[in-house]
Amino acid sequence: MEAAPTADERRAVDEVLGPPDSGWHGGDWRPELDGHVAFGGRETSERRHLLLPALHAAQSRSGWISQGAMNYVCQRLSVPPAEAYGVATFYAMFSTEPRAPRVAHVCDDIACRTNGALELCAQLERSIGPAGTPSAEGTFTWMRSPCLGLCDRAPAVLFQAAGEEPYDWALAPTGAEQVRDALGGEPWSRNGHALSGVAHRDGLRLLRRIGVVDPISLDDYRAHGGYEALRRAFDLGPSGVIREVKDSKLLGRGGAAFPTGVKWEAVATQPVRPHFFVCNADESEPGTFKDRIVMEEDPFSVIEALTIAGYATGSEKGFVYIRGEYPLALRRLQHAIDQARVRGFLGEDVMGEGFTFDVEIRRGAGAYIAGEETALFNSIEGRRAEPRNKPPFPVTHGLFGKPTGINNVETLINVLEIIRIGGPAFAEIGTADSTGTRLFCLSGSVQRPGLYEVPFGTTLRQLLDMAGGVPEGRELKAILLGGAAGAFVTPDELDMPLSFEGARRLGVTLGSGVVMVFDDTVNLADVVLRIASFFRDESCGQCVPCRVGTARQEEVLRRLGSGRELGSREQELALIDDIAQVMRDASICGLGQTAANAVQSAVQRLRIFDGASGNGNGA
Amino acid sequence: MVGLATVFGAGGGTSSYEEIENTDLVILWGSNARETHPIFFHHVLRGVRNGARLYAVDPRRTTSAEWADVWLGIDVGSDIALANTMAREIVHAGLHNTTFIERATSGFEGYAASVEPWTLREGERVTGVPAEVIREFAHAYARADRAILCWTLGITEHHNATDNVLALINLGLLCGHVGRYGSGLNPLRGQNNVQGGGDMGAIPNKLPGFQDIEKDHDARRRFEQAWECTIPPKYGWHVSAMLDAMERGDITALYCVGENPAQSEADSHRAQRLLGGLDCLIVQDIMLTKTGEMADVVLPATAAWAESEGTVTNSERRVQRVRKALEPPGDSRDDIWIIAQLAKRLGRDWGEVTPREAWDELRTLSPMHRGMSYERLEALGGIRWPCTDEDDPGATFLHGRLWEEDPHERGPAAPFSAVAFEPPVDELTAEYPIRLTTGRRLDSYNTGVQSGQYVSPLRRRPESLLLSPEDGSRLALTEGELVRVTSRRGSVDAPVTFERSLRPGLAFMNLHFQDLVPTNVLTIDATDPKSGTAEFKATAIRIEKIEARDAAAAGGGGE
Repeated sequence: MEAAPTADERRAVDEVLGPPDSGWHGGDWRPELDGHVAFGGRETSERRHLLLPALHAAQSRSGWISQGAMNYVCQRLSVPPAEAYGVATFYAMFSTEPRAPRVAHVCDDIACRTNGALELCAQLERSIGPAGTPSAEGTFTWMRSPCLGLCDRAPAVLFQAAGEEPYDWALAPTGAEQVRDALGGEPWSRNGHALSGVAHRDGLRLLRRIGVVDPISLDDYRAHGGYEALRRAFDLGPSGVIREVKDSKLLGRGGAAFPTGVKWEAVATQPVRPHFFVCNADESEPGTFKDRIVMEEDPFSVIEALTIAGYATGSEKGFVYIRGEYPLALRRLQHAIDQARVRGFLGEDVMGEGFTFDVEIRRGAGAYIAGEETALFNSIEGRRAEPRNKPPFPVTHGLFGKPTGINNVETLINVLEIIRIGGPAFAEIGTADSTGTRLFCLSGSVQRPGLYEVPFGTTLRQLLDMAGGVPEGRELKAILLGGAAGAFVTPDELDMPLSFEGARRLGVTLGSGVVMVFDDTVNLADVVLRIASFFRDESCGQCVPCRVGTARQEEVLRRLGSGRELGSREQELALIDDIAQVMRDASICGLGQTAANAVQSAVQRLRIFDGASGNGNGA
Repeated sequence: MVGLATVFGAGGGTSSYEEIENTDLVILWGSNARETHPIFFHHVLRGVRNGARLYAVDPRRTTSAEWADVWLGIDVGSDIALANTMAREIVHAGLHNTTFIERATSGFEGYAASVEPWTLREGERVTGVPAEVIREFAHAYARADRAILCWTLGITEHHNATDNVLALINLGLLCGHVGRYGSGLNPLRGQNNVQGGGDMGAIPNKLPGFQDIEKDHDARRRFEQAWECTIPPKYGWHVSAMLDAMERGDITALYCVGENPAQSEADSHRAQRLLGGLDCLIVQDIMLTKTGEMADVVLPATAAWAESEGTVTNSERRVQRVRKALEPPGDSRDDIWIIAQLAKRLGRDWGEVTPREAWDELRTLSPMHRGMSYERLEALGGIRWPCTDEDDPGATFLHGRLWEEDPHERGPAAPFSAVAFEPPVDELTAEYPIRLTTGRRLDSYNTGVQSGQYVSPLRRRPESLLLSPEDGSRLALTEGELVRVTSRRGSVDAPVTFERSLRPGLAFMNLHFQDLVPTNVLTIDATDPKSGTAEFKATAIRIEKIEARDAAAAGGGGE
């Protein structure tokens, strides 16, 4: 017979899905009734979107998804086990193999590895064993992880404790001893939330409440101007809100820089119902942590902005899709939603205006690709986070096939400012083509890493000066702009204005606002190789150019780094360009299209492979 | 077929596949289409994705039923009880289509009176399905703007098969769910060309194109002229009647084409005895079947789907071209060639008949095929009959005439048929307490002649007796254990497998692996007098443990 779930796993899954309705769906078998009737079909398939929450429940109860738990989830939701297995194994945070209940995910991504993560990993290897091996008692283990979004406090570690009351939390910066203590300590330590802050407080608009407001108090939020924008939005009416957003010339901050007002209007005017609005909080671009800080320190602003977006686009339901590695942001947002519901800012009659809107959080499970909007929809729907072909675009066929608006956290909270000061006034900030302010995530070799908000048009040099520049005695070598999907700029290019058009002139991108600074002590070839492995790892494998291209790209870099080129170095460099061209032209989504950007820019702008063979250190 | 032909004058599914995709409600009644009609089921799934509700009526919760919004697990053979209960509920709720009933049907009053005893409570008592579920099902069918009712062998492999079909047709007439786009009544066909066989007259009472041998004198005369012979105006026998005729000694010679009656007929002990007693048995087949092994002459034929030219007709009445892809192996010959050679030796030289010549002859004799030239069949990717001339695109659905305003165009009314519920012939008693039903599965076909020769990853055990876990533990059986299954006609030994899809008291077997477990030793040959189909679906059995020494000796064979 098939593997059965433990009583604990059953309880954990039932907590998410409610009690089973029949013997067919995992309840007690009633031969007289269940032998003669079963319900399913549409009613059951409409619950498919609960697959990820149910898998999360099983994972965080036992530390892994046992076959019994998987079978039970499948039975509850009428999902074929093979398909559920395909979903579970897509996401890095789910384990279908036994895993110790306590896990330390040690970030070894770019920012952390230039700040001691590799030494930390080496120490853990010595004291616990290679990554993935359980401790002697089998109670804990450690693993390597891609960027955890804590780059300003590198090196970072995310702890996950499965059990009756599962609890996840992050520690940064940290060291081997602290990690060892936290993993083995009794009772399980829950300390260590280092507060993320805003490093520079002048002229803040989007971040003005961060560090000032109590993130768990709705009243304090309101005392600091909270929910004034929603009231004003109701006065403007949906089309008025869209007009203000269009007047503001706000462009999406997720990377594609699409005009937000145009997108909202397109959703609002779709005759098909219902509409959905999704807040993309799957901030997974290595080097990015801005949305996390906003969600952790000013969570109500995200909910208020999402409510306005829902109002303007005629949506009744909003989703926040938050990456699985952000436990504190998840708790704070959930708390904010609960509070807003209690106080009538969400629900059937928002602020007494007769507008119905509610928000549901969906937690990712470790998949960079889920940040791509259509992959994100698939993930909410309980599927592998594989991007869809476009067109059709989300404004007509989005979540559950319905018209859907989707913006990331930073874009959304801009709307609060737009409504507060008016669209035309907002358009006065920044440059003519890049209006408003921009959040930048500074990390690496700067005196004061952290989150910065500056008007568009500020130069890169000004921004670095605000952060105190590179530490004394070091020399600036390169800056990674826009994250792993972005590009490197050289110290000669510091006077570039940070704006969409300024970046475009230089052939680079602001991407998700990553500004990662590297000095002369950093092995840039190693950084580039890490970026290449990241993309090879995160490619969903659905389309060939990306699946094969990211693997070939990493291989070339490894050969170049170790001096074992196939043919001449020129041939290998030409191969990098060929692969880049194919991925850019033929991948169906942004991951493949940008997977070669940083690598190519490192080769072309930083010339990391010029000079002596086998040593890509610096230039 | 008989049921549909009786009511509407033509035996064929009324809907096309595209309608299944665009309907509002699909009923699979006695059909595990996902495994037995997988191509058709793709169309059903498209319909479901387009928003159709799916209802499955089946004693087992089959893999098709798992896709359904509602599965109604009726007791074996209680189909008429369910249909009549639904009918009463529909009439009492005022949900029947009065316009259609008045205009296009006859016999409503008598029918309504006949279902009157079938209260929801009575329906629940006989079928085992909760009254509330029957009520909801009845309302859903009656209220749907479009609804398609499909059935298969779960309806027809009963001693009262024709009554079963009539009971379903009654529901279609009651709600006007026939003769309109997206509403229809559809028996599903188990082979790529079962429909074509019937269309070509390979049934005892019809000439090609469903022209009645006894009643349609004009048609018969046309055939007589074309074939230069006299056709006796007399219905022939179907297979079960042939077996009876063998028993009486009225049949002493049998020419059997592409059929394996030694294993496929119910009560195969009897069938084999009768076949063995013939003076002459000729078998024409692509494989050496069990029947072939008994034959005096075996004529190796080519595989119709790969080694021959011609046409096939699928469940939606679509005639399609088949092209030869391979040279047939060895001495095997095309069926047409074999038949022509046989005719030559019997004194009628037809010359070299090509498939196209045979088809063109059909077009001159069967009005419903007249418009289907090879060129048109190729250009249009097949055509659905009737297609009466070369400008006719063919029919999407049948019996649209019933909705015509003009009584002349509307033609003869479709009669309701009051049908009485009769339980299966093979009664459950203390001695034979378990109901055995049979069926096919996805990776195997009928007696395994074509499918038994290759391996499939889906086969856990080649053949086993499927039982509910409750019965398994009640009988103290373990999975895989060999048991003796005994009916009033014989015994077989088979390993047991437990399946949640079965409730206590219900068992299931395939008939794909006759050499391992000759299931039809058990089944009853109580046949429907009208269609000649045997009651494969309802056998009373008992299950006994086999002592270890017996098991070693028996090795899974029949007695």
